[in-house]
Amino acid sequence: MKIIVDQDKCVASGQCVTAAADVFDQRDEDGIVVLLTDNPPEDLAADVHQAAAVCPALAIVVED
Amino acid sequence: MTTPVYPMTRATGCPFDPPPQLRELQEEAPLVQVDIFGRPAWLVTRYDDQRALLADPRLSSDVTTPGYPSPTGQPPRKDGVGIGFILMDDPEHARLRRMVTAPFMIKRIEAMRSGVQKIVDGLIDDLLAGPKPVDLVEAFALPVPSLVICQLLGVPYADHDFFQQNSKMLIKMTATPEERAAAHGNLASYLNDLVGEKLENPGNDLLSGLTERIRSGELTRQDAAGIGVLLLIAGHETTANMIALGTLALLEHPEQLAVLRETDDPKLVAGAVEELLRYLNITHNGRRRAVLEDIELHGQVIKAGDGVILPNDIANRDPSMFSDPDTLDVHRDARRHVAFGFGVHQCLGQPLARMELQVVYSTLYRRIPTLRRAVELDEIPFKHDGAVYGVYSLPVTW
Repeated sequence: MKIIVDQDKCVASGQCVTAAADVFDQRDEDGIVVLLTDNPPEDLAADVHQAAAVCPALAIVVED
Repeated sequence: MTTPVYPMTRATGCPFDPPPQLRELQEEAPLVQVDIFGRPAWLVTRYDDQRALLADPRLSSDVTTPGYPSPTGQPPRKDGVGIGFILMDDPEHARLRRMVTAPFMIKRIEAMRSGVQKIVDGLIDDLLAGPKPVDLVEAFALPVPSLVICQLLGVPYADHDFFQQNSKMLIKMTATPEERAAAHGNLASYLNDLVGEKLENPGNDLLSGLTERIRSGELTRQDAAGIGVLLLIAGHETTANMIALGTLALLEHPEQLAVLRETDDPKLVAGAVEELLRYLNITHNGRRRAVLEDIELHGQVIKAGDGVILPNDIANRDPSMFSDPDTLDVHRDARRHVAFGFGVHQCLGQPLARMELQVVYSTLYRRIPTLRRAVELDEIPFKHDGAVYGVYSLPVTW
């Protein structure tokens, strides 16, 4: 699994953090997405796909 | 076939369900030409299409874009002090929005949770010590989010009657243009004064944070006041309606309420919040956009200058997305609902709203386990005329 985030597209909804807090964080100054790991363990795959699905800005791409 | 007229009315006795005509249109076609206050617009009926279009930069949220479907039938206006970035497009929308995203970060909202719990517990203490029956809207549903948003923004809670009354008027669809303009003017000048005070004596709150942007020249005082108006209204009206209408819906579905009353699992509570957001759709007036460039959808060309309506109430009841969609089921995985919208305009305050609702739904029914309606269902005044749906009052006893 490989994750790509687009910080320019991100609108800081924080939904990725709610879905997968071990993979996504928000930077302190404006809440924009920060990727904690771009290749998380497989057991987080469902959470990561959930994060990508609920991102309102389509700023998360997951390549399996 | 005559052109359907939007908005449509709910069926008598079904206060939690979208208008039946919306469901019929959803079954018939994904894209339907409707009439909104004498003007044509496209109604997008299905979940997938709504999400795709709401994330599409070829759609504009600017009310002055040609084709934008007026929600009230009155011509669009941009007031001297707007209501913030909600009616703007990128890049200006993104520039302004990013100035206020930090306080709504998940970790900062989580840090507020124990304070919100104290507010909720204190109001329930007052309810239990006070007379009954009592109007849950006045005594609980409005105070909870009003207290919280006041604290976050730096607005004195003592002014709550003023801002609650003016907000209610501003989002009442049946208000005259004059009434709405007056309410907006009152709020805008109030926030403008408050921003002025924060410029003199900044505190540790969101409005004070904006004054730094004013000083640095990134933001005008007028835009700061506009953002304040938007966040103050959106921060209390919406959540208050979810608390009261959600409680009523749970009282009408006692087996669902029992699940919440008896659980101490935060994940189950969080899931129930998502399901109530999906099921209730308090923003029931259709998200609206104007088309900037031709878009092809299902073999139909939606032309530049056309208006589009994307009602989340019907998207969240789309059976191709949610099985058995008209059933309230707190165990359902409803997390992909579009109650907060979708795309770059999706609700800024959603982490706060979620947290507040989680605290309320996990506390109120546990502490008042015999909570019940004090009047018949058909005596409860629903906000059919509100841009935000809910109940004007909810007399309860226990």
